[in-house]
Amino acid sequence: MAANKSNRFDPEQTLREIEDKFEMLQILNEEGEIVNKEMDPGLSDEELTELMTRMVWTRILDQRSISLNRQGRLGFYAPTAGQEASQLASHFALEKDDFILPGYRDVPQIIWHGLPLDLAFLWSRGHFQGSDIPDGVNIFMPQIIIGAQYIQATGVALGMQKRGAKSVAVTYTGDGGTSQGDFYEGINFAGAYNVPAIFFIQNNQYAISTPRELQTSAKTLAQKGVAAGIPSVLVDGMDPLAVYAVTKQARERALNGGGPTLIETMTYRYGPHTMAGDDPTRYRTSDTDSEWEKRDPLIRFRKYLEAKGLWNEEKENEVIERAKEEIKAAIKKADAAPKQKVSDFLKIMYKGETPQNIQEQLDIYTEKESK
Amino acid sequence: MAQMTMIQAITDALRTELKNDENVLVFGEDVGVNGGVFRATEGLQKEFGEDRVFDTPLAESGIGGLTVGLAMQGFRPVPEIQFFGFVYEVMDSISGQLARLSFRTAGHFHAPVTIRSPFGGGVATPEMHADSLEGLMAQQPGLKVVIPSGPYDAKGLLISAIRDEDPVIYLEHMKLYRSFREEVPEEEYTIPLGKAGVKREGTDLSIFAYGAMVRESLKAAEALEKEGHSVEVVDLRTVQPLDIDTIIASVEKTNRAIVVQEAQRQAGVAATVVAEITERAILSLEAPVLRVTAPDTIYPYAQGENTWLPDANDIAETAKQVLEF
Repeated sequence: MAANKSNRFDPEQTLREIEDKFEMLQILNEEGEIVNKEMDPGLSDEELTELMTRMVWTRILDQRSISLNRQGRLGFYAPTAGQEASQLASHFALEKDDFILPGYRDVPQIIWHGLPLDLAFLWSRGHFQGSDIPDGVNIFMPQIIIGAQYIQATGVALGMQKRGAKSVAVTYTGDGGTSQGDFYEGINFAGAYNVPAIFFIQNNQYAISTPRELQTSAKTLAQKGVAAGIPSVLVDGMDPLAVYAVTKQARERALNGGGPTLIETMTYRYGPHTMAGDDPTRYRTSDTDSEWEKRDPLIRFRKYLEAKGLWNEEKENEVIERAKEEIKAAIKKADAAPKQKVSDFLKIMYKGETPQNIQEQLDIYTEKESK
Repeated sequence: MAQMTMIQAITDALRTELKNDENVLVFGEDVGVNGGVFRATEGLQKEFGEDRVFDTPLAESGIGGLTVGLAMQGFRPVPEIQFFGFVYEVMDSISGQLARLSFRTAGHFHAPVTIRSPFGGGVATPEMHADSLEGLMAQQPGLKVVIPSGPYDAKGLLISAIRDEDPVIYLEHMKLYRSFREEVPEEEYTIPLGKAGVKREGTDLSIFAYGAMVRESLKAAEALEKEGHSVEVVDLRTVQPLDIDTIIASVEKTNRAIVVQEAQRQAGVAATVVAEITERAILSLEAPVLRVTAPDTIYPYAQGENTWLPDANDIAETAKQVLEF
C-alpha cells in the first residue's frame, strides 16, 4: 500500500527549517553604518573609543609579532589580523572575574584580560615563566589541543555555579574545532548542567588549509548548539557592535541562570595559520582575501567613529606609537628573563610533596647547574 | 573496627573525605542514585546531595575536561571512570591536561585530583573492560599511580590520594572488590603515597607485586615455605613513584628477587622495578631478577582469561628458578 504522502515525516524539511533560522546578525555594515538600530548596544563615546583603541593596538601587535618572529625574536605565533572584532569586541563585554580559556590564536583576549605583554612574549618563545599567570588574572594559557578548552570551560563554569559566583567562563575555538569530540562534549555537558558559559566559534573559514565546507555538512556552525539544547547565534564577526551585543546578552543570560550560549562569528584571518611555514596561497585565492578585507572590522569601525567625531588620524597615530613603545619595552623585559634550567622544570612538576624520582633528579641537576 | 570488603572500604574513604573537605566532589557515570556500577559510591549522593555527588553525561573525555575546569576553580575532584578499559577516551584530559596543569602554568594552577577506576581482570567482563593499563599512566610524568591490594590499604591510600595536591590515578582491582574482608578502622587514617608495604617478611627471596597479584604472591610464598624457602612479599602500593628504599633494602636482605604484575610483559611497571634493582643493587644479587607477567597478547575474552592471567603457581615456579639459580 502506498504511503499517504501528507502523513509522511519529512526530516529534510525539519533540517531546512532549523538551518534557515540561523541568519547572520549584523549591526554595523561594511560602510560603518548602523543597519540594525534595535540591536545597537548603545556603547558610550568613551567605550567606543576604547574598543577602537584596543583593536588598533592589537593590529599593531600582530604586525610587530610577525616581524619579530621573522627576525627570530619571537617563537610560536598565530596571526590575528582580521579577527579583531571577534576577539576584542567579545572580550569587551566581559568583566575581570570572568574566566577565559583561549585557543592558541586568542592571545589578544588574555592580554586585554591582564596577562602582561612580556609574559605573552615569553610564552611565544617557549620560556616557562611566560605561563606563570599573575594572581587575579582569570585566564588559562592558550590551549593547543583543539577543543579541549571547550569541555574545560564547562568545568570552570560548573565550579562558578557551585560557588554561586557572579561570573562566566568564556572559551574560543575555530571552525575546525567544531569537528572535535570535545567540542560536542563541552556544549552538551554545559547544557545538561545549565552552566554560565559562553562558547565562541571564530569561523575564520580555514582550519590551516582545510576549508570550512569540508568540516561538516551543517549549513552553519552555530546550529550545532541546537543538538546540545543550548541557545546559539550566528553573528558578523567583522562587526564589533554585533559581536559585543550578542556577547553582552549571552553574559547577562548566563548570570541570570539562563545557561550557556554558543556564538559563531563569521570572520577571516588575513595572515597564515601560524608563522611556522604555512603558506595561504596554497589554499586561498587573493580574490577571496580582498573580498574579506573589504569587510575589515577596523575600516568600518573607523568610519563609524569618524562620523561621530570620535576618531581621527591623529588619534590613531597616537595609539600606533603607544603600541610600538609598549611592545618594545615588553620585548626588552622578556629578553632579561633568566636562562631556563632543568631544575626549574623539576620544581614545577608537582605542587605537593616532591616524589622520590623527582627529588633524586633535582639533586643531580641542581648540582650540575650550579657549576 | 569493622570487617569490610574493599568496595566498602573505598566508599568509607570517599565518605570520610566528602565530610572533611567541602571542595571534594564525586562524579562520573551512574555514581549518583545508582551508587556506581560496582556500588563504590552507594548512598553518597543521598548523604551529601546532588551538588557534591553527581552523575555526568556519558562521555569520558567530558568527565576529564570537567575535572580540569573544576580543579582550576579550587575544587578537589574525585571523578570515576566506569572501567579503566575506557581510559583511552580520556587520555588527553589525563596525560595532556591534568598531568601538565602545574607545569604548563609554572605552578599557578595545580590538580588535586583523584581519578578512581576499576581495572584488572578475572571477573568475566565484556571485552575492553578488563585490562591492566597502569603502565601507560606510570609513564606519564606528573601523575601518581596508586593500586591497593586489599580493604585496609584501600581506605588509607584513597584518603591520602584525595588529600594529595597532585593528580593521582587510583586503580581498584575488580577481583578484589568483594573477594575478602579485612579489619578496617571506622575512623580516618592515611597510608602515605610512594611507600610500599612489606606484607610478609622473609630472607631467601623478595617478591615485588601490587594489586591482585599480592594475594597470589602470598599464596606462592606459603607454598614455598613448605618447601623450606623463606619468602618476603612486598606490596608496591604506589607504582609511580616507586618506593626505591624499601625495594632495595629488601633485595639487599634476600639477594634474590622476582617482580609480579598482572599486566602484559612488554614495557611496564615490572620492567622498571627490575631496572631500578639492577642499577642500584646488582652486587647484592645472587641470581637474575625474573618477571611473572601475562603474555603479550590483547587481554582475552571472558572464557579465556583464567588460563591467561598469572597466578600463584606461575609465581612459585618462577621463584624456584631464581632460588635454585
